[in-house]
Amino acid sequence: MTVPQHRRPGFSKRAQFEIFTSYVAAVIGAVLGFVLLFVSLVHPASFAFARTAAGDIAEPVGQFSAGSRAAGKSIFATIAGYIDAGSKNAALRKELQLARAQLIEAQAIGEENKRLKQVVRLRETDGQPAAVARLIGSTPSSSRRFALIGVGRTDGIREGQPVRSPVGLVGRVLEVGTNTARVLLVTDAQSIVPVRRANGNVAGFAQGQSDGTLVVRLIEMGINPLRAGDVLVTSGSGGLYRPNVPVAVVRNVTRDGAVARILSDPAASDFVTVEPIWLPITDLPPPPPEPGA
Amino acid sequence: MRLIGNLISHTRMQRQRINRAPSPVLAFVVPWISIAIGSMLPLSFVIASAPVLPPLGFLLLVCWQLLRPGLLPLWAGFPLGLFDDLFSGQPFGSAIFLWSATMIALEVLSGWLRWRGFWQDWLVANVTVVCYLVLALCVAALAGGPWNLLLIVPQTLLAFVMFPLLTRLVALLDLLRLARVRVVA
Repeated sequence: MTVPQHRRPGFSKRAQFEIFTSYVAAVIGAVLGFVLLFVSLVHPASFAFARTAAGDIAEPVGQFSAGSRAAGKSIFATIAGYIDAGSKNAALRKELQLARAQLIEAQAIGEENKRLKQVVRLRETDGQPAAVARLIGSTPSSSRRFALIGVGRTDGIREGQPVRSPVGLVGRVLEVGTNTARVLLVTDAQSIVPVRRANGNVAGFAQGQSDGTLVVRLIEMGINPLRAGDVLVTSGSGGLYRPNVPVAVVRNVTRDGAVARILSDPAASDFVTVEPIWLPITDLPPPPPEPGA
Repeated sequence: MRLIGNLISHTRMQRQRINRAPSPVLAFVVPWISIAIGSMLPLSFVIASAPVLPPLGFLLLVCWQLLRPGLLPLWAGFPLGLFDDLFSGQPFGSAIFLWSATMIALEVLSGWLRWRGFWQDWLVANVTVVCYLVLALCVAALAGGPWNLLLIVPQTLLAFVMFPLLTRLVALLDLLRLARVRVVA
């Protein structure tokens, strides 16, 4: 097929002028885009109002697709459930017995923990979730990793609040709109989470790589004690993230840290909870009474 | 290569009724709406922990521009890119700039090319998409994203495969665009 000739202006002055103005308009558009890009690189939050407004307007679409996503997943789960129901039932019974025993132990440990915290006068903001929300969107084609949740300022959401699913940490709130909020996922390269190994006192930082994995760097240099399969939880240092929330599992160990796979895949989590910002406050013990007084 | 016109009968949609004419509103809005819906892919039923899906809005823009050059005005990159920036997660202005540049580049290119064909369009689209994804990665890296070219390989390959399908979709939308729905009194 040869090229259609309809855009050859010929001798028509008007047609020539139209082509010229369209080029001028397009170049102006590109230049404006470059300026806007420069502004948003210098001040990343400059256009947050536009993004949050768009998120608020498009929220019903996201809620609808989140609902259909959950429905689609449950259909597959129902079909898969029939295939190995018997053996799974037996295995689950055994697991339940073990879990009951461990639960009683955990309750005892929790009580002890509470008592010890009273002894050192450590006060915490309570772990009550600020809101429960659905993930209504994510950025599936950008190398920056954000997600959209269906709660906003009217539900008491504020910037910086951590977001988690039942299985682990998802991210933290970055921009808040009226009915929606943007979440910086832990897999984004801008997200740095203080972590420690679940068993043992190995502390470090986990930074996202945008591909579903985190790079873990340890605070103490020297022999790397991490092994593949180690579970990393938040350490709570620096505030913001409550301690002991599972984050990732070590996949392979590098020279001075590890590469870890996130536990809470956003694709698998239906509902997430937004938690209040965690700030530990240690009250100094009252000075002992002077012996002479 | 004949497009979707041989699957859904051209005659049925366009020639059937005597006192019917294409709606000018429909003829105008279909490309804009379809690209905007492609830009709202982030709100779809896919929640991804890595950039795995190709930029659907951009692919549709390229398809429309290759299949119906001159249908979208040359400055269409500005409003459509602005809409895409609201949802894409890229720094604001990234799509405005890159989409405007793409429109100009494709227009200039279509002035150079003496011949049109499916394979050539596919090649043009693939080169455009690779350039766009690499530049978008650079822009995101400036805003604090990772600098890792391997990250965009899956979505680039998906975009290569998706282009022929999207061409068919755009061809179908083009038939819809010119469907004779308006009753001529």
